[in-house]
Amino acid sequence: MKQIKMKIISRRNVLYLLGGTTGSVLFSKYALSKPNLALNKIKEISKNAKVDEVDLFLDVPEIAENGNQVKVSFDIESPMTEEDFVKTVYILADGNPAPNVAKFSFTTDIGACSATTRMRLSKTQNIYLLAEYNNGNFAMTKSKVKVTIGGCGG
Amino acid sequence: MSKIKPRGKVPKTASVDEIIEIKTLIRHPMHSGRMKDKDGKKIPKRIINKFLVKFNGKQVFGMDLEPSISTNPYIAFPFKAKKTGTFDFEWTDDNGDKYNMSRKMTVS
Repeated sequence: MKQIKMKIISRRNVLYLLGGTTGSVLFSKYALSKPNLALNKIKEISKNAKVDEVDLFLDVPEIAENGNQVKVSFDIESPMTEEDFVKTVYILADGNPAPNVAKFSFTTDIGACSATTRMRLSKTQNIYLLAEYNNGNFAMTKSKVKVTIGGCGG
Repeated sequence: MSKIKPRGKVPKTASVDEIIEIKTLIRHPMHSGRMKDKDGKKIPKRIINKFLVKFNGKQVFGMDLEPSISTNPYIAFPFKAKKTGTFDFEWTDDNGDKYNMSRKMTVS
């Protein structure tokens, strides 16, 4: 008798679970398309630590006519000594199929924290620069780039 | 496909504590895995995923590249000249190939 009762409950539970999972999958899909992938990535990298939005020097064009070759350069003021230096710098883009663009690893031998490269942008979007200091602090800045012709293929 | 060829520009001479700029470029298609060829078929992903710079055997600069980096990746970065030495540049391809280049610099 007890067993039968158990069966009924478990079947109902299975149905509930099925309904629940499909619902949550649909919802999470909908939810994931909404928030900013780059900001999520920043949270992931900084492990939810506080990220100060400061004025780091991020040089991107205001309007990029060709999204295939967009020059990006940055310059972060830092003494670059053993006590105080920028360890890692991330470049992220929130409108590309994948938010990551590049990760730079610096050492104190470099003497200054700057670099230049070229990236692809699929559409008009924000570019984020995230710097990780040797003491575990984070700082970020963002800049908007208008893209006339997208450059991610497809 | 054109041959993959690294190029780099390092000043031959520098003075002590001068911050020099190093420019590198490698000819590489950087297929992001999203582009299609003439027949509409997807070109498989193949990019340079890592760039490392060593000075006299010690790593001084590194970069992880993602598909969002343009064809023929160009990378420029600073370096504080302290002593004479050799730069070793290394690019790593998705297929495991490594492309190397070295440049000498004299500090006076």
